[in-house]
Amino acid sequence: MSYLNLSHLEKSFGQNHVVKDFDLAVEKGEFISLLGPSGCGKTTVLRMIAGFETPSSGSITIDGQDVTALKPNNRNIGMMFQAYALFPNLTVAENVGFGLKVKGVGRSERDARTKEILAMIGLPDLGGRYPFQLSGGQQQRVALARALAPRPRVLLLDEPLSALDAKVRVSLRNEIRSIQQELGITTIFVTHDQEEALSVSDRIVVMNGGKADQIGTPFEIYNRPATRFAAGFVGTLNVVPGQVVDPAAGLVAFGGQSLRIAAAVGQPTGANVSVALRPEALRLGREDAHEAVYSARVQSVQFMGSTIRIGVQIADQSLSMDAFNRSDRTPPKVGETIEVSVTGTNAILLD
Amino acid sequence: MTRIFAWIALIFGCVYFLLPLIGMAEFSLKMRRGVYSFDAYRKVFEDPTFWATFGYSLTLAAATIVVGVLLVVPTAYWVRLRLPKARPYIEFITLLPLVIPAIVVVFGYIRMFNTSSILPLTGSAIGTDFLLTMGYTTLALPYMYRSVDTGLRTIDVATLTEAAQTLGAGWITIMARIILPNVMIAVLSGAFLTLAIVMGEFTMAALLNRPAFGPYMQLLGANRAYEPPALAVIAFAITWGCMGLMQLVTRLAKHERAKA
Repeated sequence: MSYLNLSHLEKSFGQNHVVKDFDLAVEKGEFISLLGPSGCGKTTVLRMIAGFETPSSGSITIDGQDVTALKPNNRNIGMMFQAYALFPNLTVAENVGFGLKVKGVGRSERDARTKEILAMIGLPDLGGRYPFQLSGGQQQRVALARALAPRPRVLLLDEPLSALDAKVRVSLRNEIRSIQQELGITTIFVTHDQEEALSVSDRIVVMNGGKADQIGTPFEIYNRPATRFAAGFVGTLNVVPGQVVDPAAGLVAFGGQSLRIAAAVGQPTGANVSVALRPEALRLGREDAHEAVYSARVQSVQFMGSTIRIGVQIADQSLSMDAFNRSDRTPPKVGETIEVSVTGTNAILLD
Repeated sequence: MTRIFAWIALIFGCVYFLLPLIGMAEFSLKMRRGVYSFDAYRKVFEDPTFWATFGYSLTLAAATIVVGVLLVVPTAYWVRLRLPKARPYIEFITLLPLVIPAIVVVFGYIRMFNTSSILPLTGSAIGTDFLLTMGYTTLALPYMYRSVDTGLRTIDVATLTEAAQTLGAGWITIMARIILPNVMIAVLSGAFLTLAIVMGEFTMAALLNRPAFGPYMQLLGANRAYEPPALAVIAFAITWGCMGLMQLVTRLAKHERAKA
């Protein structure tokens, strides 16, 4: 049995059915992200694990203990909030030591633990400051330290990076991940930012309309999305119409050429299918082992530093493609006609 | 042109408010014929009844503040946290004491809790004191509730509560260690307003026949010439002292935070 188990969770607010038959089994030490648009129920799931919401039905167990009916203060969990939520009347050290004090841990042990955890988050000298004297990033680090100090069974992160600016966001998310791995603490991370979810998670739960659309590793979610929603929500996606021409070989025609797509095997001949292509699946120029080479018209060019995003038109379809920047090659110009290679191996077939 | 009118308005206002006060203060110093003296003040301070009534009212003010804080802080907190829809109703209820005269309230009390009632609170001194404290709490309710509610508005009540809960804190810990300290300044300003109200209150204390400061001021005013204005100046000093303390507490608290 897994460490954290959510089985058949349901939650309704009046007529509003927010979470529908949600199942998730989390192993000890795993980092799971709940990813989805706002209103998909991800925060509600997190709040049910924390105990702030009671499930309409279903159960939650942590380490074999059924906590469904347990009050939040008896669950031994740590939580980070989007709004930091540090206690303004307490110093950094008192904030971090709060959970231990509530538990009745003695002063000397509490001080030692506070010191240890403040060193871990890289703020060993700020114990005497008040929250309002810290930057947003520092406050959120302290919030992490406070959540971890009482050695919780599960760490819950409710969009903790959303209020921070871009640079701090990236460094803090890496830090959270490394501390999480160091402590081996089971973590549930709620976010609407796919890049965040892809970069730090062991597994991602893509949520839509209160249901888990797909559960998988970042690699699986990105490269083999199970549903149209998962495919569209995670990453940029080009969707073009195709037609099955040879079901035995999995050949799908698009723009006058055939792509070999394994998933198309067995579909009826002439069936209309949607072929999805990630921007990086389209290659600039003629490539070996790519069965289709299209001539494409350049519609837009965005230089983004390490990559160049090029908008092209192939067979009346607008697609966007990513090419690596190379200092020895000038990017194509708008209006130019270029060659673009595609292989069915990199294509995703949507139902 | 508008500037001149503004100045005229300001000067008129100052004269309107200050002139009677200056006149009263001046009169209170005139007990000894021909010279200014503090004779009236000395008389007042030498009167043991002054100290007895003053002490009594101060004690009741302290009791009122304690009851008020215990009643208002959890209520305002709970309304903010769980019953935001009830807020207009609660606000309306807390405003009622401004609309219902104290005399109506106290007659209600006397009818409800007289010696032939089920709960004969007026039958004993301590019972009447209790009743008076409740009455004072009611009178101070609008001020106490408003200042505490304003204090709660400055903190994120819901998230702080949830953060404390995940750290294992129960309701009493949350109230005592997180909510109350963060609204302390608001509670103190409510407390000083309560003190000012209780020290000057006449109606309830007089009708419940308790030896409070308000009835003493009235008694002295009806029988003496120079002492009452002296007493009035003392009462003003108390009120202004309270307001000064309110300011001081606010400043000190900021200072405390900034220096750390």
